[in-house]
Formats: sequence, structure tokens, C-alpha cells
Amino acid sequence: MSAPPFLRPLPRGTDLPVLLPPAARLARRVAQERLQGNPLARLEARHGWFLLVVFLCAAGYAQAQAPAGHPGIAATVWKWTPLLAKGFVFNIAISALAMAVGTLFGVFLGLAQLSPATPVRKSAWFVTHFFRNAPWLVLLFYCMFLLPFKITVFGVTVPLPDWVKATFGLSLPVMANMSEIVRGAVQSIPTGQWESATAFAFTRRQTLWMIILPQCVKRMLPPWMNLYSILTVGTVLVSVVGVSEVMTLAGDALGSENRADLLMPFYLYILVWFFLYCYPIARWTVYLERRYAVNF
Amino acid sequence: MPEQPLVSVRDIHKSFGTVAVLKGLSFDVAKGEVVCIIGPSGSGKSTILRCINRLIPIDRGSIRVASFEVEKLKSDRDIIALRKEVSIVFQQYNLYPHKTALANIMMAPIHVLKEDPKEVEARAVSLLAKVRLQDKAASYPGELSGGQQQRVAIARALAMRPEIILFDEVTAALDPETVKEVLVTIRELADEGLTCILVTHEMGFAREVADHMYFTDGGVIVEDGPPAEFFANPKHERTKAFLSQIL
Repeated sequence: MSAPPFLRPLPRGTDLPVLLPPAARLARRVAQERLQGNPLARLEARHGWFLLVVFLCAAGYAQAQAPAGHPGIAATVWKWTPLLAKGFVFNIAISALAMAVGTLFGVFLGLAQLSPATPVRKSAWFVTHFFRNAPWLVLLFYCMFLLPFKITVFGVTVPLPDWVKATFGLSLPVMANMSEIVRGAVQSIPTGQWESATAFAFTRRQTLWMIILPQCVKRMLPPWMNLYSILTVGTVLVSVVGVSEVMTLAGDALGSENRADLLMPFYLYILVWFFLYCYPIARWTVYLERRYAVNF
Repeated sequence: MPEQPLVSVRDIHKSFGTVAVLKGLSFDVAKGEVVCIIGPSGSGKSTILRCINRLIPIDRGSIRVASFEVEKLKSDRDIIALRKEVSIVFQQYNLYPHKTALANIMMAPIHVLKEDPKEVEARAVSLLAKVRLQDKAASYPGELSGGQQQRVAIARALAMRPEIILFDEVTAALDPETVKEVLVTIRELADEGLTCILVTHEMGFAREVADHMYFTDGGVIVEDGPPAEFFANPKHERTKAFLSQIL
């Protein structure tokens, strides 16, 4: 009986002492990426500095190019900041909501992937991989056009504005990724825990909810936060379907200014904001990963 | 007329894929008896224990534990009823790492036996005292030494008030000094009349506590007998060879 792939030992590195620290680092990263099912996207401070420099250069260049008589680049960007901020808050709200919905469904989908009933397991696997591999934009368009603009439940009509549909569309890939995170985490718990719970007459459901899943939370936290960062950056996609988030508003602002020289500084400015929002999350993720380092 | 044995194993067979692990073992364990099973690695000792609490279903033969016909249990509810009577202590402890020592002991009685949490807590505290870890109630398994974890695991097994406890090489993962503290605990239980089946490599200990010894090899019982006789005067060549290597 050969062990199923998820139980096979991970690459342990090498016996050469010089190579041990990098090899250990690599093995940790591989383990983390297996757990998550995605390569790690990791922001570092230097990325922020680089972004800032590019932004300032672009702004300076635009200023130099600006025709005489126009207000300065910095003044114009500052003028639109309140509007852009409104849009950005909307992005954050969409990301939080999509994350909440996606996480909730993802947990159950992930557990379904571990079901002892083959049809349940197979269909959960299919759903997970379908939504994980489908392009986000395609999912968004499907949700925009396939969901009705209002639904009637028990005589109460609930309107479904575009942003709700878009949020739902974004929560689908989140659900699928969460499903994989849950499956990976549950399978990374040593089999001895299952054995011990079973031997002490816990039911499968009790074992899962009282013994296995509480141990998974720590392992799931870093990849889950990583997923959130990716989602946050992905929320700008909803501008394509006409939701007035930061990208849409930036387009509107540029339209009303009607100045080509603003294009670069404006979008770089928004990029800096995203960095400022995602960077602390990335740092915190790294911190949690170190703290909860799982010894595979 | 002799009392009916508490555990009665008859001609059990078990294969994993094409590998036959158990090839027709039979033995009885009377109530209050301490039985030690020894034998080389891979001779199916741990599998025997896992068959008794039905972590592993057998292919052929029969196992009776108290009133349970283990191989005939079908529903999850019946299997769970059996497991309430049979506790096990594992080689790797398998404590729940996210719970304190005390919570580890209390979990199964509260959630499986549905007993009153207050009562269970009182019992858990006294069990911790019994294994001499009363000051470690709030510690997590990761903060305890191997020997301490194993004693918590024993207390956890006792908290179920089982008819019988299975010990699966409980000292194999411990260093020689901590082995002793665990063995002392087990001996106290044996002296109190708890029915125990131990799989062990601790020959000296087995000789002291066991009422009956079994030597398994290649999936069958090669030799058995009372410890004095078994160790002093093994009859079978295989047993002699095994004991001479270890003692």
C-alpha cells in the first residue's frame, strides 16, 4: 500500500550543512504552498518604496509636460482624493463581504471534499476546481448577467444592485480557494488525532468540529489572509461591470479633467493606496506564519 | 465454574491488501487480569489492540468484549457503545494539542458519555492527582514532557471508566528515565484490579505486572504462559531466540 500523495513526506532539503538554512526555508515554503494550493504572493517594503518612486517620477514627469495654465499635478490629485477615497472604501467593503461569504461557503465545500460519501466528495472536488480555475472576470460577467436584478422571497422583493451581484461573483473564487485551504489543513492534521478521537467514541462530526477543525484554524490563518490580499487587489475587476469603485471613479475623474498627462500619476496613486492597505496584512501574515510554524 | 472471560478473541485473521498480519490468534482475558503481549516489530501486536476496539475491522474470526460481539457490530452507535467500554493509550500519546491537560481528560466524558461537566471536572482533577500531575492541569500538551503527556493520556483513558484499557507500546517513544514514571502509574492501575492488555517491549516490567504473557510472531501466538514460567523456561525456539536478544 503506497501512501496517498498528501501523506507522502515533503522534500526535506539536503545533508550539506551550508545548504541547510535555504533548504529548510524552501521546504517550509513548499509546505505552505501545498497547504494553500497557490504560490505565495508576498509583499515586501521595498515593493512599496519602488512604487512610491515610480509614482513620484511619473508625477514629476507629468508636471514637466503639463501645458501652462493648468493646475499642478499634486493639486489635481489632491482635489480628487475624497472621491477616490469613497470608491476605495467601497472596494474594501466589497472585499470584506466577498471574503465573508466565500469563507462561509468555502468551509462547507472543503468539508464536503473530505466526505466519506463518494458522490459528495467528487462533486465538491469538481465545484472547487471549476471555480478555482475559472477566470475571475468570466465569473463576474456570469453573475452580472445571470442573476436577476431583484428577487422575491415570501412576497418581499429584495433588489439586487450591481455591487451585490459583483460581490457574489467575487465570492465564488474565494469559496473555491477556501475549500482547498480547508481540505489541505484538515489533511495536514496527523492521523493519530483522528485515531485517538475515534477510539474515544467521538462521532465523525464531533471529531471534525471539536478536535480537528480547532487545530486547523492556526494553519489556515496565513493562507486565508493571503487570499484576502489577492481578493482586495482583485476587487478593481468590478469596475469592468460598472460598479462605482475606485477604478470607475478614477476613470470618471480623468474623463472630467480631460488631461492625458494625469493618466499615469492617477493610477499609480491608486496602486500606492492598495499597497498601503495590503502591506500590513502581508506583514501580519508573515508574523502569524512564523508564530504558528507547522513542523511537517 | 470459572467466570466468563471479559475479552475473548477467537481465531482472528486480518490482512492489509496482500499482507496477512493476523493469521488466527486466540486468547482470553479475564476480568481484572493484566495481559502482556510481546513480539518483534511488525508481528501484529498493535493491530490486535485496534481490532479489540474496532478501529480495525477483522476479516475472519470473532472477538467478544463484555457483551459486545465486536465483529458483528454494524451501526456506528453500537461501535461507539463498545468504545465507551474500551479505552486505549497510544504510543504517540495523541493528546489534543489545542486543549489543556484537564480539558483533554474531560472532553470524552462530557461529549461522549454526556456526563455532568462539574462531576467530570472533579473526577479529572482527582485523576490528574493520581498520575501525579495535579499542578499541570492548565498546561497544554506541548508544554509537557513525553512522560507527562503519556500520564495525561492514561488519565484520559481512565476518565471514561472503561471495563478495559489497552496500552499500545506506551513507553516506546519515551527516554529511559521517563519510562519509569509511566510504568509506575500503570502498575498502580494493575494493582487496583483494572483489566489491562499491554503491548510492550519492557520485559522486566511485563514480568512484574503480567498475569499472563503472550509472544506473537508472524501473526500467530507462538507461546504463552504465566510470566515466571514464560521467562524462566521458554519452550519454543523462536521465543528463546527473541528473549535472548532482549534480556
